Amino acid sequence: MDKTLSSLSEAVAHVKDGMTVMIGGFGGSGAPIEMIHALIDHRPKNLTVVNNNAGNGHVGIAAMIEQGMIAKMICSFPRSADPRAFTELYLAGKIELELVPQGTLAERIRAGGAGIPAFYTPSSVGTELAEGKPSEEFEGKIYIRENWLKADVSLIKAELGDPLGNLTYRMAARNFSPLMAMAGQKTFVQVTKAVSAGEINPEHVTTPGIFVDGIVEVSAPQQEEALNRVKAAYP
Amino acid sequence: MIDVTEIKLTNTQIAWRAAQDLQDGSYVNLGIGFPEMVAAFQPDGRDVIYHTENGVLGFGKAPPPGEEDWDLINAGKRAVTLKPGTAFFHHADSFAMVRGGHLDLAILGAYQVAQNGDIANWSTGRGGVPAVGGAMDLVHGAKTIAVVTDHVTKKGEPKLLKACTLPLTGAGCVKRVYTSLAVLDISEVGFVLREKLATISMDDLQAVTGAELHAEGEVIELNAPGDL
Repeated sequence: MDKTLSSLSEAVAHVKDGMTVMIGGFGGSGAPIEMIHALIDHRPKNLTVVNNNAGNGHVGIAAMIEQGMIAKMICSFPRSADPRAFTELYLAGKIELELVPQGTLAERIRAGGAGIPAFYTPSSVGTELAEGKPSEEFEGKIYIRENWLKADVSLIKAELGDPLGNLTYRMAARNFSPLMAMAGQKTFVQVTKAVSAGEINPEHVTTPGIFVDGIVEVSAPQQEEALNRVKAAYP
Repeated sequence: MIDVTEIKLTNTQIAWRAAQDLQDGSYVNLGIGFPEMVAAFQPDGRDVIYHTENGVLGFGKAPPPGEEDWDLINAGKRAVTLKPGTAFFHHADSFAMVRGGHLDLAILGAYQVAQNGDIANWSTGRGGVPAVGGAMDLVHGAKTIAVVTDHVTKKGEPKLLKACTLPLTGAGCVKRVYTSLAVLDISEVGFVLREKLATISMDDLQAVTGAELHAEGEVIELNAPGDL
């Protein structure tokens, strides 16, 4: 088995107009910048994008928004140091927002990948984000029901990847990516170092290859924060 | 009546006061911004393990400028450092720690806190772009939810109220409030005053508080070092 792809464009070609795409990362940490930029080159439209945030500056997800590729964001915190790309379209009514508490977002993605259609959580009970959601009492306390979240394609970044798709992550760049890898109908990964089968200690595999459809090596990946500090923009 | 814009603790002093109650061996989440300052005043000899929503437990202080590793950040997207014993985990595990009741303490900022423990800290209700982050999860997670805040808004309006007027983050969650004028617990009766600045009277404090203050036993003098 060899899930290695020849290029990022081969991976992102799976994203079609109108799809739901999960993109890994928490702010710039774990953001697959090169893969997002390859997606911008491919330019699918009318996407629903799932990420914790809604872009920062003029690269990555912010650049996708500026290119008019995103119809809806599902996120917990659409604010950043430079949130203009999202903010301007949102206030103009040109991009939809589904605001989800961060832990609920993580668990909805996990549930989507694990085949659990819904679950109950205390988060947002008694707030406007719980309005219209079914609730139930367990052991004397009210919980609300939240539904799973699945993606047509998940695009994530990992540190090491082998031909079977086994992955490790680098520090806090892990964040949502192992969950999104599970929740994507197809999952493509930019890995900082492609290694041979056996080079990743099985004890250290964080995402087992069964959740992965393709890997592409991008050595020395760019960091969103570093790009924003030099006011980079894409394309 | 006193002018509470003149006589009050600074945010740094409030953070210092909250830090004095950090327990040895506890797992603590500090909200982004002001609450993060609490870690700087952790008393010597107490071992506190800090949790951040984006999947790090037991991280260290901010690195010197120029030495940031942007894969090693906290929930406020600020760079932190490794310490012996740091652990990484994905977001679902991180919020299992939160909602599962595994954290001992979360210290959050707030726009408003009500006498029944309701907290509003995510939306001013004025439009713009709404953002919630992990706040609605955190208020249901830790064994104790504490708030650090100015006692009044910039306009001088009370932040401690009978009922919150802004959109709630969580209902009946807050147990303790550290303000610029006082330290209060929230119990079945409402706000219970534990400490207040010596320079203000009970009447002064009640006048800038939007709910009845209760006293149970002695009210201690609230002190913080002046040179923070």
